[in-house]
Amino acid sequence: MNLMSALPLDVVSGVILFWLALGLLGLALQRSPELICRFLFPAGAAISLLLAATGLWALGDGADIAVLPLGLPDLPLHLRLDALSAYFLILLGGASFGISLYAAGYFKTMQGQSLALLCLEYHLFLASMALVLIADDAYLFMVAWETMALSSYFLVVTDHAIPDIRRAGFLYLLIAHVGAMAILLNFGVMQAGHGISAYTFDAMRGVHLSALWSSIAFLLALFGFGAKAGMLPMHVWLPEAHPAAPSPVSALMSGVMLKMAIYGILRVTFDLLGTQLWWWGVLLLGLGLLTALFGVMFAAVQGDMKRLLAYSSIENIGLMLTGIGLTMIFHVYGKNTLAALSLTATLYHSINHAFFKSLLFIGTGSILHATGVRNMGQLGGLIRYMPWVSVLMLVGVLAISGLPPLNGFVSEWLLLQAFLLSPGLPNSYVNMLVPVAAGGVALAAALSAYVMVKFYGVIFLGQRRDTELHDAHDAGLWERAGMVWLALGCVVLGLMPVFVVGQIDAVSLSLLGVRLGNATADWMFLAPVDTHRASYGPLYFLLAVSGVMLLTVLLVRRLYHGRTRRGPAWDCGFPAQTARMQDTAEGFGQPIRRIFEPFFKIENEVPTPFDSSPHYQGVSEDKLWYLLYLPLKSITEKLSGWAGLLQHGRIHLYLSYTFVTLIVLLIFV
Amino acid sequence: MKNTGLILAIVFQLTQLLLVVLAAPLLTGWVNQCKAWLQNRSGAGVLQPYRALNKLFHKDAVIADNASWLFRITPYIVFGCMWLAAAIIPIIAVDLPFSRAADVIALVGVFALARMFIALAAMDVGTSFGSMGARREMLVSFLAEPALLMVLFTASLISQSTQLTHIVETFAHHQFILYPSLAFANIAFVMVLLAENARIPVDNPSTHLELTMIHEAMILEYSARHLALIEWASSLKLFAYIGIGIALFLPQGIIEAGNWAGLPVAIALLFGKLVLLGAGLALLEAMTAKVRIFRVPEFLGTAFLLAVLGLLIHFLLGT
Repeated sequence: MNLMSALPLDVVSGVILFWLALGLLGLALQRSPELICRFLFPAGAAISLLLAATGLWALGDGADIAVLPLGLPDLPLHLRLDALSAYFLILLGGASFGISLYAAGYFKTMQGQSLALLCLEYHLFLASMALVLIADDAYLFMVAWETMALSSYFLVVTDHAIPDIRRAGFLYLLIAHVGAMAILLNFGVMQAGHGISAYTFDAMRGVHLSALWSSIAFLLALFGFGAKAGMLPMHVWLPEAHPAAPSPVSALMSGVMLKMAIYGILRVTFDLLGTQLWWWGVLLLGLGLLTALFGVMFAAVQGDMKRLLAYSSIENIGLMLTGIGLTMIFHVYGKNTLAALSLTATLYHSINHAFFKSLLFIGTGSILHATGVRNMGQLGGLIRYMPWVSVLMLVGVLAISGLPPLNGFVSEWLLLQAFLLSPGLPNSYVNMLVPVAAGGVALAAALSAYVMVKFYGVIFLGQRRDTELHDAHDAGLWERAGMVWLALGCVVLGLMPVFVVGQIDAVSLSLLGVRLGNATADWMFLAPVDTHRASYGPLYFLLAVSGVMLLTVLLVRRLYHGRTRRGPAWDCGFPAQTARMQDTAEGFGQPIRRIFEPFFKIENEVPTPFDSSPHYQGVSEDKLWYLLYLPLKSITEKLSGWAGLLQHGRIHLYLSYTFVTLIVLLIFV
Repeated sequence: MKNTGLILAIVFQLTQLLLVVLAAPLLTGWVNQCKAWLQNRSGAGVLQPYRALNKLFHKDAVIADNASWLFRITPYIVFGCMWLAAAIIPIIAVDLPFSRAADVIALVGVFALARMFIALAAMDVGTSFGSMGARREMLVSFLAEPALLMVLFTASLISQSTQLTHIVETFAHHQFILYPSLAFANIAFVMVLLAENARIPVDNPSTHLELTMIHEAMILEYSARHLALIEWASSLKLFAYIGIGIALFLPQGIIEAGNWAGLPVAIALLFGKLVLLGAGLALLEAMTAKVRIFRVPEFLGTAFLLAVLGLLIHFLLGT
């Protein structure tokens, strides 16, 4: 190992240490909160950018390995930086740069001590995510994974004085730990009883498991990482924890931390487990589609803007899982170019989601700061009070709806292309299933546009519903800077798909052994597989649309005129227009509730015509909570009740237990 | 040599750009005229849309006091998107230079972009009709878009490409084969076309009744040049949809870009197809009744199922 090739890994370790140092420094500076916001968060942001650059640099190189003289006696800490890690480091660095910049402005109003703690937890969270990505043995991975879970738990319960937030945090912690246990068991299965030194990932790569055991390992990994990702039916923590956390934290959790679970699934299934079975892919595909449709359907009926975004994250994770499932199916059947295509779509969508979802989450933070309201039903008309935020959020909204020429469209396009190339698989059932699944993806994508029209329309457009809203102010300078970075990311990722796909090729090459490449030499056109099949040139597209628009404006002005008058809204001649006549969030979601009624648990409270102060309330709840979680809870409670029968707290009883156990053991031996 | 080919192709592209934008209102006028005849009225003539547009462009625009910039730029974005979409579709000649920038999936994306802006603009002023229209439009579109994509998937599975140019080449320039899957796709496509272009039975372009209107409710606040652009964009959208229909199901007679000799015939053939299809559309509308808004999911669900059926038949028959 020469010095040059080891350098990226050193930089990444340095970044992790720097983040930890920043966290501790924050703790030391708790008397001067000004300094924490002014210097520590921007410094962390700068380091994020360094991390992203390092990832980009390391992407093309081979894997770097390092063994640290720390850790367990027989298991020193192993670090490894390969293409997959490097790609997710870019994602982590790129998204957290914007979020940290934003955080510098957002946390300005916090008290000294809680700000210091938050600074520690925040940077610990970032550091642990980077560590997850470069861990190369199960021990270090689990330590990093648990640090990530715990630091994010403390971040979620930042406002722990509110009981609802404590409850949300507990739910998150519970599911995170059930998931972590499954991941630990998965590592146990994969090291196959070869002793403690076999807990390195390198040893696991060498182990060949039988079909049964590798399936068990896969299912455990799917459960464990799925719990973190918000896969159905382990999604319940997401819509609770994301609204509870401060906005930059929600952005980090949704934009970045969920991708760690995607990384975990990819790492275990494509790298550590040597074999794959076709039904794994079908299972992932099915679960992913269910998750996506479920998420977007629930997003459509939410009234709380952060809950809406949380459900939309569930949808996007579903799309990524679908992509991984498709990759697996292609890979099993030896169609590696197609596998590379759908893997590219998945990874592309991961980084896209990191950018646009972080942007939307921090945008809600600015709205929250400006108005103090999280319920969309009380907002409205903010486009006139918050010009910066409204423009930047519009970029995020268009990107997440999968509209050209922004980034969400590229990954959706690639995924649909992968679906369309599926014919020719040897298994005829899978062959038929895959294009139909494409219909599900299309439905989820179309519904997400519905959700986003609702999100943007109810919050930013229309008349203000609350009279106090005119105090709403625009975001500050730091907040703006963070949002501009993320919005710029959405635009650049959308306009430069050939460059991005070229970078992802390094990951495909290392996981699948093939690269997708670009069929044309033209950097403006994305044409995977073959130019005759499909091509997409977002830059030409943008130029042409803007050209045509400008031409239209000029022609209209030239041939006619540009005279405009202002007047009261017409509205078909209705004389009395009040803000209450607009659609609320509930109203906008009503068609979805009606069409997909069986999926929701709906409670409506409708006023009678004689009510003097009419009040309407509609609640759509998750049926799974009642069908799965509450029974599970009561079973757990019953079991622990039985276990509790043994406990009486009297010493002679415990002594007699010991005695009886001894006798029983003696009889058996 | 190669350069002259490219220049020729660009000339063809510009010709089509000009042709669609000028011919689109004519198609709308023709459909309206046919409807008038079917309803035993004499009708306003096929040139009526041009007169209406001219009148609107001359008027002063009145916009609501609280309308934002989004409201003002939306007509231009919608018009630009629709114009471009109609110009990409190979209805006269294949291999147009711009068709490489956007395949059919991107084309659906362009429609979605325009729709998103118009729905947002409808909510901008904050009137009851505007947000109702936006909600209904998004409802129709999220049901119609997957069905449309499934239709396009069926065609692209047959032709091994999502580029309309190659789809047309496969269907038009090869030996004539009857694809049963395309028959299903065809019916589904017509249903989607009706829904997406605000036609009966989903929407009625000629009423302002709150119970029925979708598209009209969204554009109530627009006037003068803004309204003219949106109306023109609607014509272009109808033209583009019928163009996609021609490319997928009636591609005979579409020439290669640069084939000057074939151009007059191709344009004449295109006009013939448009006359027939426009009359067919009017007939279809005259024979059906507007359905309740909550029957629309059933209507479009049927379209989706038919499209999926077409896809499955493609797999079962292996063609």
